[in-house]
Amino acid sequence: MSTIPIFADESWQLPSRGRVGMLCLIIGESAIFTIFVVAYIYYIGRSAYGPTPKILELPIFNTICLLSSSVTIMLAEHAIQHGLMRRFALLWGLTMALGIEFLAGTAMEWHKLIFSDHLTISTNLFGTTFYSLVGLHATHVVIGIIGLSLVMLFTLMGRVKPSHAERIQVLALYWHFVDAVWVVVFTVVYIVGR
Amino acid sequence: MRQRRALSSLRSWLTLIPWFGLSTTFALADGPRSTPTIWAPASTPAHEIYGISLFVLLITGTIFAVVGGLLAYALIKFRVRDAEDMKHEPAQIYGSVQVELAWTVIPVLIVVVLFLTTARIIFAIQDAPKPKSALDVTVVGHQFWWEFRYPKLGIVTANELHVPVSTKSNPEPTYLKLLSADVDHSFWVPQLGGKTDLIPNHPNQMWFDPDATGLYLGQCAQFCGIEHAKMLIRVYVDTPDQFQAWVENEQKPGVQDPSVAAGRHIFETEACVNCHTVRGTAARGTVGPDLTHLMNRATIAAGAAQNTPANLHAWIKDPNVFKPGALMPAMQLSDQQIDQLVAYLTTLH
Amino acid sequence: MADQTLPIPGTLDAAQPRLGMLEWLHSWVVTVDHKKLGILYIVYALFFLLVAGAEAMAMRIQLAVPSNHFLSPELFNEFFTMHGTTMVFLVGMTIIFGIGNYLVPLMIGARDMAFPRLNAFSFWLSAFGGLFLYFSFIGGFGLYGMGSAPDVTWWAYAPLTAKAFTPGHNTDYWALSLIVMGFGTLGAAINILATVFSMRCKGMTLMRMPLFVWLMVVTSALTLITITPLTAAQIMLIIDRYLGGHFFDAQAGGAPVVWMHFFWIFGHPEVYVLILPAFGIANEVIPVFSRKAIFGYPAMVAASIGIAFVSTTVWAHHMFTVGMTSVGNTFFVLSTMMVGIPTGIKIFNWIATLWGGKIRFATPMLFCIAFLFQFLCAGLTGIMLSVAPWDWQLHNSYFVIAHFHYTLAGSFVFCIFAAIYYWYPKATGRMLSETFGKWHFWLFLIGFHMTFDTMHFVGMFGMPRSIYTYQADRGWGTLNMIISIGGFIQAIGVLLFAWNLIHSYLHGKEAGNDPWDAWTLEWSTSSPPPAYNFAADPVVRSRRPLWDIKHPQDPDWKYER
Repeated sequence: MSTIPIFADESWQLPSRGRVGMLCLIIGESAIFTIFVVAYIYYIGRSAYGPTPKILELPIFNTICLLSSSVTIMLAEHAIQHGLMRRFALLWGLTMALGIEFLAGTAMEWHKLIFSDHLTISTNLFGTTFYSLVGLHATHVVIGIIGLSLVMLFTLMGRVKPSHAERIQVLALYWHFVDAVWVVVFTVVYIVGR
Repeated sequence: MRQRRALSSLRSWLTLIPWFGLSTTFALADGPRSTPTIWAPASTPAHEIYGISLFVLLITGTIFAVVGGLLAYALIKFRVRDAEDMKHEPAQIYGSVQVELAWTVIPVLIVVVLFLTTARIIFAIQDAPKPKSALDVTVVGHQFWWEFRYPKLGIVTANELHVPVSTKSNPEPTYLKLLSADVDHSFWVPQLGGKTDLIPNHPNQMWFDPDATGLYLGQCAQFCGIEHAKMLIRVYVDTPDQFQAWVENEQKPGVQDPSVAAGRHIFETEACVNCHTVRGTAARGTVGPDLTHLMNRATIAAGAAQNTPANLHAWIKDPNVFKPGALMPAMQLSDQQIDQLVAYLTTLH
Repeated sequence: MADQTLPIPGTLDAAQPRLGMLEWLHSWVVTVDHKKLGILYIVYALFFLLVAGAEAMAMRIQLAVPSNHFLSPELFNEFFTMHGTTMVFLVGMTIIFGIGNYLVPLMIGARDMAFPRLNAFSFWLSAFGGLFLYFSFIGGFGLYGMGSAPDVTWWAYAPLTAKAFTPGHNTDYWALSLIVMGFGTLGAAINILATVFSMRCKGMTLMRMPLFVWLMVVTSALTLITITPLTAAQIMLIIDRYLGGHFFDAQAGGAPVVWMHFFWIFGHPEVYVLILPAFGIANEVIPVFSRKAIFGYPAMVAASIGIAFVSTTVWAHHMFTVGMTSVGNTFFVLSTMMVGIPTGIKIFNWIATLWGGKIRFATPMLFCIAFLFQFLCAGLTGIMLSVAPWDWQLHNSYFVIAHFHYTLAGSFVFCIFAAIYYWYPKATGRMLSETFGKWHFWLFLIGFHMTFDTMHFVGMFGMPRSIYTYQADRGWGTLNMIISIGGFIQAIGVLLFAWNLIHSYLHGKEAGNDPWDAWTLEWSTSSPPPAYNFAADPVVRSRRPLWDIKHPQDPDWKYER
């Protein structure tokens, strides 16, 4: 065995691997969303036939719910850092509820589009780009909620300790990302594209 | 031993130079016009490209000689010579800002020169103004054949493009409008210029002004399906008189020869008419090539076979003989029926 | 400044228990050790190298003479699609992440990757994707014929991939397996980045990392933002094919050109994803066999990052012929030519590293030297192709095939071979045979030049790519025969290499810890390294920690900038 001389004259601090990993995942996911957003923007007004984005209604309430879930999860992070587990559980549950409300709102919007406006993913180019972009985002919300529920489950079982604050923050980072993407999707689909 | 190997590595590189001459010889062994080489340009765009190619070859060749020479020199000069030589490490040099800056500037300068030259040629070819005398041809790519339409002359033909020669005194460039009926294709006749893709929902344009008469070969250069390899192009550059004669003949409806009425009857009552047109008859299909003047074409099946009665017979019996996967179905006709059909087709001059 | 090494008690010299066949297999399947996973990646990639090579040989037999009937058109189209897809995704991507997996933790003095279980998951995802792709040969109607392997080329331009034009499952296999492999690759890239940023040993600042690690960082970062657009585009394709979407449907207003953009936004940086780790390998091998430190380390790092940045802006140089505006074409000419600047810096720095050294021509070095020449040529033909008007002629011809095989075979594969000759002793504890190595090198070199030098010419003589046959009157026959013979000479070289790998594993010379007298951390531990890599966490003070130990009078940290 060779030996390496050790020089103990440098302080050594590296970022947490969870955070780096999540940031990388977010960069990669952003690229996926970029492609779908570019496709959506490029195809605005190019449908050869069928319904147009005029039929969309602004999902204001949904947006408020999802964006405020970012605030509640931040407060939850704060709570666990200070060891306030009850408060954490409450805020975490609230975040989940807001996320689920968002999904329910999306489901209702889609129900209306499909059954009263007769717009499906195969109807025309608008349908294809709309459902895939909004659906891709909704898929991410679903994945986020699965993550949140796991933490909730462990919290209710009493397994989550303040020492897990860092891991909670990594998951919260993902949730913030999902919210940020919604801002882009909302702007592109409901404001620019309509 | 080591030195010898280093040297023979160098030698294997030097063989590159005669390689070019050798390859040219091989390729040209079959006669000059049959190889669609980019080194025999015959139109203004092709000449422009030829010119810039030589210029770029000169620059890159010089870079190769200088950098490759330095590399070879370093390898020979600084090789380890014997066991004694291996005992001591050489002087360690970690870098030098001045030197590195110097050799960053050189590639920057080369890039600037190359870029400006290239930009000039791009604009010269792509944005050349279209003269009034230009001939318009609409090219439609199909799986796996070419449709050529001359909208002003009312001609529709396939696979073999006829254009007039363009001289200085009488410039008559051809402007192609490139469309696709199905998937992506690419129109490439190397001696007449670069290729341009035919993409559905994305009309393109290209032009050339052939400066010598003759036959120029090319083929589809974008993979378009199973028979992409047999989607060949023949461009006939005619003298103005030849071209005029060809146009006049093409504008006539299909020949109606009563002696082959039986074959014509088969043609018009079988599925042939669903895909093919013979102007002046009931056959008005547009899925396959227009056959009004079939016998004026040297080849059938987009260049896959010579246009002879025997080949026509084989082709109608089973297109897979020449082009497995071609979209034309085998017609399930008896040999006698096919003979009659071929007799009819061979009258379509 | 004390010399403290802390052996882990009780495990250091314990003999490995002998495992039964089943236990041994089990240990490989469930492993989360970065070294074992690295080897799995590499073995997997080498297996597919042979498979894709065999496909190439079949195509070369078909093209050796005009109007040949060795392969049916369907099979030829399937083979070149599979050859390209396999070589890029199953061989290239897997082998760089394999070598990266093996070396990055060792080189930065870490005990494992940041996420060992994610690492195993990524590998098995990629492996499953690859097997799924090859299942296409027997899936569908496979048992009745040659299956439904993808046959739409590896760039799969829409609308050929639409249900209307490829009604079978060929394209589905292609798209789905690439989505699966895409997620595997994404996991691997995230893991490498997290490892490098969070797991470095004490003293291993970013600017002291071995250049191979740097290049893996750049490659992984590039993977993050380029594999994902491909995944997105494949999802769109699947939506089109399965849910009746219209992304690339010209009839509904969709634009096939959009697919081209999305594909090449991935496709061009992908080439750099492959070639950058090859640079990294050259950056490790060339200094050791020249006995000199790499010249201009900061410039090398900067150039690598520069190449990665520029590479994300050049994609449309694959699309000069699709009818972009003259201004668009001009922009992509400029951005493409800009790649030449950082690349030029790299080549000059390599020459400067050789300059004044004492060059030893061992097999890894031979491969790296050939790499230098071939990469120079590849760069120069790249410049030729970046000249848009000339590209209108050369695009989709055999010239392009020659160019990118110069980068991917002549540069990437040569560096991979160098890497295997160089690090095989570390991974197995035994040297690869130098005699076989030299035979492998010369056969591969000669075959390579016969094949790919000639391809430049046949391309300039008008032969387009992806054609399964050509007519005798085109005059391409003799040249194609030379190309095919060269291909077979390469194949013999590769078979010798495969034999060498197996033979040397059983009978090779014992390597010892540091057979090449090298300088990076992986050579400080035993060969093969123990599961925990280092008995004590190493601490470094310069880019070449082992040089510092071997030359205490003259250590690097006194001189490095």
